[in-house]
Amino acid sequence: MVEHGDIRVVHRGGSKINFREPVITHDSRYLLCASGECVKVFSTSTEECIHDLRGHTGLVTGVLLKPSNHLQVYSCSADGTVRLWDYTDGILIKTYVIGCPVYSICASANHEGVIFIVTPMLSDKRSDLFQLVAVDLPQSGDQLVEARELSAVLSDVSSNPAAIVFGRGGEYIASANGLHLEVYFFKKQKSYRFSLKEDNKKGGKNTVTCVACHPKDDCIATGHEDGKIRLWRNFNHKKEYTYSTLHWHHSAVSSLCFTPEGTNLLSGGMESVLVQWRYNQESERDFLPRLGSAITHITVSPDGALFCTSHSDNKITIIQSCVKVSAVIQGLVKGESVRTDMMVDPRSKSLVLNGKPGHLQFYSLPRDKLLYNLDIVQQEYIHESGLEQFEVVKAAFDASGSWLATVEERKQKDAELELNLKLWAFDEQTQSFVLNTTISAPHEARITAMCFCHATDSQTTMLVSTSKDGHFKAWQLVSDRALYRKAEFGPSWSCDFVGAYHGLVPECCCFSADGSLLAVSFQEVVTVWSPASWELLTTLSQPPKAVRDLCFGRLSCSKYLLGTTANNLLCCWNLLTCSLEWSTSMDISLLLADPLTENMAAFCCQAGSTDLFVFKPSEPRPVFSQKAVCSGKVTRAVFAPREEMLESCEESSQWLNHSQLYFLTPYMDLMTFTTKAEEDRLMASSKQLVIDDSVAMTPFYLLLGKHRQQEDADPLSGLSAERRPLPQCSVAIKELLQTPAHVLPSTSFLCSMFVQSLLISVTNGRSVETKHVEEEMESEKEEEDSEGEMESSTQRPEQASLGGQAAPALTKAQLRELKRVKKLDHSWFPGLLHS
Amino acid sequence: MASFKPTKVQVYPKLGEKVTQDTLYWKNYKAPVQIKEFGAITNIDFSPVAPHNFAVTAFTRIHIYGPFSQEPVKTFTRFKDTAYCGRFRSDGQLLVAGCEDSVVRLFDVSGKVALRMFKGHTKAVHITDFTSDRYQILTGSDDYTCRLWDIPNATELNTYQEHTDYIRCGVTSKLNRDLFITGSYDHTLKLFDARADKSVMTMDHGQPVESLLLYPSEGLLVSAGGRHVKVWDLLKGGQPLVSLKNHHKTVTCLCLSSSGHRLLSASLDRHVKVYNTTNYKVVHNFDYAASILSLALAPDDESIVVGMTNSILSIKHRKSLDESKEISGQQRRQPSYRVFVKGKNYVPKQDDYLVSKPVKQHLAKYDKQLKKFNVSKALDTALETWTRLRKPEITVAVIKELDRRGTLKNALAGRDEQGLARLLNFLIGNVVDPRFAPVLVTAAEMILDIYQSVIGQSSVVDRQLLRLQELLEREIDYQQDLLEVLGMLDTMFASSLPRKEVPCPGTQTTDITKQTFWYRF
Repeated sequence: MVEHGDIRVVHRGGSKINFREPVITHDSRYLLCASGECVKVFSTSTEECIHDLRGHTGLVTGVLLKPSNHLQVYSCSADGTVRLWDYTDGILIKTYVIGCPVYSICASANHEGVIFIVTPMLSDKRSDLFQLVAVDLPQSGDQLVEARELSAVLSDVSSNPAAIVFGRGGEYIASANGLHLEVYFFKKQKSYRFSLKEDNKKGGKNTVTCVACHPKDDCIATGHEDGKIRLWRNFNHKKEYTYSTLHWHHSAVSSLCFTPEGTNLLSGGMESVLVQWRYNQESERDFLPRLGSAITHITVSPDGALFCTSHSDNKITIIQSCVKVSAVIQGLVKGESVRTDMMVDPRSKSLVLNGKPGHLQFYSLPRDKLLYNLDIVQQEYIHESGLEQFEVVKAAFDASGSWLATVEERKQKDAELELNLKLWAFDEQTQSFVLNTTISAPHEARITAMCFCHATDSQTTMLVSTSKDGHFKAWQLVSDRALYRKAEFGPSWSCDFVGAYHGLVPECCCFSADGSLLAVSFQEVVTVWSPASWELLTTLSQPPKAVRDLCFGRLSCSKYLLGTTANNLLCCWNLLTCSLEWSTSMDISLLLADPLTENMAAFCCQAGSTDLFVFKPSEPRPVFSQKAVCSGKVTRAVFAPREEMLESCEESSQWLNHSQLYFLTPYMDLMTFTTKAEEDRLMASSKQLVIDDSVAMTPFYLLLGKHRQQEDADPLSGLSAERRPLPQCSVAIKELLQTPAHVLPSTSFLCSMFVQSLLISVTNGRSVETKHVEEEMESEKEEEDSEGEMESSTQRPEQASLGGQAAPALTKAQLRELKRVKKLDHSWFPGLLHS
Repeated sequence: MASFKPTKVQVYPKLGEKVTQDTLYWKNYKAPVQIKEFGAITNIDFSPVAPHNFAVTAFTRIHIYGPFSQEPVKTFTRFKDTAYCGRFRSDGQLLVAGCEDSVVRLFDVSGKVALRMFKGHTKAVHITDFTSDRYQILTGSDDYTCRLWDIPNATELNTYQEHTDYIRCGVTSKLNRDLFITGSYDHTLKLFDARADKSVMTMDHGQPVESLLLYPSEGLLVSAGGRHVKVWDLLKGGQPLVSLKNHHKTVTCLCLSSSGHRLLSASLDRHVKVYNTTNYKVVHNFDYAASILSLALAPDDESIVVGMTNSILSIKHRKSLDESKEISGQQRRQPSYRVFVKGKNYVPKQDDYLVSKPVKQHLAKYDKQLKKFNVSKALDTALETWTRLRKPEITVAVIKELDRRGTLKNALAGRDEQGLARLLNFLIGNVVDPRFAPVLVTAAEMILDIYQSVIGQSSVVDRQLLRLQELLEREIDYQQDLLEVLGMLDTMFASSLPRKEVPCPGTQTTDITKQTFWYRF
């Protein structure tokens, strides 16, 4: 973090949640997972992040429930500490300082007050050897405790947390490293080591990737690189061990897990299929296919009801008893590289970049949540390594966000390049993008750049794509009915113009802010075209190196065209005079314009780190500059418009008022610039969200949750209402009994009426629960009716008082009920009078 | 857990005939009724009065058919030799016909024996017609003369001896009783006025004239001769308006549709072409089994009657409205709307508990097999005869999908002679199709790699491989030719487009060649 005035570079969301195995709490309500430098607590029912456990200063490398207390959780980190948290309130209870980076953590109920951690070998710091160390946690009241009582248990272990696991009741610990499986028995203080041959005959690799121990039985399952699962038994003798092999996976098994009762073994790998093997009946398997992407971790909740799988695309899936996916917690998907530019969807203001294979992801920046994935390729993804698949390589939005253009390509070794240009229209009804036109092979070679005409007022929408085949093409929306026989085809896109310049390869293209000019760079020449007539207006050039980036100025600077060249020049041309206004020598890796202001941002690569300059094309002095924003070269960045404007008066931070600058570091971290004031405000707002309920506090919850609570309370009142009729009826009976016998009709006449009244009153009591609205209207009507009747009745005050005695505090439902009963009881009364 | 995404079958733009209003109109005829006559049918004429019987002149007879009868309702047989040109008078009462024996006979439609016989021509009379006042007859003969006859007196009124060859067609004006036009093998059309002794207008068609037609307005004249159909503007003194050359043999007959917006021409090349009379573009085309000599359209285009050299008379009747509907209804015999919405529009009551059922995804057979990774079976399914022949795009899509999955080699391998022959057959049929070529070329290469070792073991497979080779060689030659043409076009375009200087002011711009070329797509 580099300070500059009060503007800081901060991490903003998008951290990995699939780095380590997640943990499900005992009541299955929360899911804890390590995410960057904090531990995130998710609700398993709403998928919402409830809070972060913040405190570590390094990468969190493991999360573990405290075996003796279900409400506390350990987390270990590369900063050399193990911390104990109360996850319901998000309070740090204790910090144990270990002193060296911790790579994973495990513990067992059998070993009270001891945790086992994996640390690098102390003796030899440079090598990548690791050891398993038992740490006696000192009992002390202090919050910060130094744990110095370390005793090595096993040396030469794998740093992978999946390779170390406690056996039945914590009696032994199994650890796998490479081709070896080592089992250490605590009672005997002895370890056995089993080795496999390097390769078997068929060329399968025997390297162990993960280990799981049966909770009730002496059985260890190991997963191997070649997709086999071995079940080891009888391993407490060095010589007489046996193993059986299960084989379904075609590539490495990445995770294994036994269910708490030990009836099933779960395995997963690259195929993205969760396989459930019956223990002792291994021929019976259940599959849960198409989970999206490769499974990295499998966890089972302590009661065995929930499974959860982490996936390589930064996703956690919660599965209910191996049949139904009940929730998906999805983080920002980051592959090895971002092929598409980072963009901001003008409608949802979400960050858009390519996510899981063949998809575009829409990521909400303020909420740090993935909104949805848009399936671009629309093909079944085959989970197999080494297969060339379609990839989304380019995407562009038009100014209003109603059109999205995507380019997907697939290059096989010796086959032709397959290219598809797809245009998506935003559908208001479904609130998502719908495929409008697919253009297969729009160009003969790779597409280098693509942009929409950004003029908002223009009637026609235009897209320009440039390609390595030396042409640039303009695509236009054609709504010509004559082209289509049936009216059901709406407007679609077709090629409007093909342009070329001396057979040179176009590299980038850019529309001016009003859409009247198109600049296309052909190596060292920038050509400016008029999109209205497709006339070449002028050429600008700055030899000897090719132009890398082109950018038109905005608003008051719209007469300027900026370009960067490969020989470290930043040039600014004035389009009115067609001459170079100024140029400066800097190695700019990325140049981008803020769509809302005149500002431009240039990321400059200098001596292994990146500097940022924010400037206006018309002014010689940069508005803002910061050295060493991050190490390495920044190639992706975007200006995201703010939801509400900041009102900063300071000159250096004014450029952040309208929009925020996000960028991706070479290590795929999403960073942004914030001001002090903004941070303070964020902190204040986050403190308001103190949560003590299992359901996450979302705006939606705040809106509807209260209502739900009322409804939850309602059945109780409903029940009481149901019970209530009896005394009410007894009033009727009383009335019946109090009336002199000689004025009553015959008992046979009264009997049916009396029984009927009882019956109806009970059913009404039940329907109160469900039919609130209808009831209300009915009851109002009844009110009038009954009032009309009661006018003639003489016993009304008496009855009311009786009702009042029976239920001192009447709910609305009860009141309604009361009225009904009154009406029913009186139904025999006129008859009685007539008789 | 996402559902299986089915294989994407690429939708290609439809090639071939475009469906227009005209195609719909002219296709809306039933299968033809075919009647065998005694000889080549030289003329067909519809009666102008209902029920619109038509006279068919064939060999020595004239048959009169009712609109829907298959048997002649009336026959005139009193000809000594081949009869020609049986035509009705405008009131439908009388019929006149020429004959090879030079005698022109006039019949009462209800009678049998000729009412009048007009003798005077010396050679066969090929053209007869009534004038619009209904009392005179025009005849044209192989003796180069055309004559006007008076019906009541059966006398010759006038003789015009201006043509220098056989007169084979003629038409009288419907608006003026004195005007008539004749066409002759001397390549000329002549417009005569009965009030004058000489022709008043002469037009040169360029070929022996076979047929003439006057527009209802009589401002335009259409003539057919040789392969040409020509339109003349009579009001501009016989100025040629259009020359159409759409047939590849002599055009024998002309006809106008009832609305006057479509012109039909029949030819010895066995085609009837329909032209739009505003732009004279061919809008439809009928094929017949033999060379056509005569053609007629019933009033309101109710039927198309065509006479051919093989003495077959073909009558096509228009489908009636409910008939055409009925047939289309039969074609799409599908469950009624009610079946589809059954249960779908049910609105659950307030206390109903909704049990959600997963929607069953319908998958094609090959998709089901692909879902189970049965790649060979999926390819087999896609290569089934119907799919292979009718929907090659499905087969290609499956091959492409297999290639994408990296399992195409497995799917192609391990086939017996029959399976391989089927595969090769498909390749031969579709590999040069530009829509499928990129996919099928990879598949073909793989097949050759896999089955290299078995070449020479089966004669069927070897023959097909040779065919494939031949096909590819031909395609390569063809592509080369196309590239040559493209190159020629490029040079032509480059030289024809204006070169423009691009303004390049400013000090920084260096000496870039300032010419640009650009072209529109």
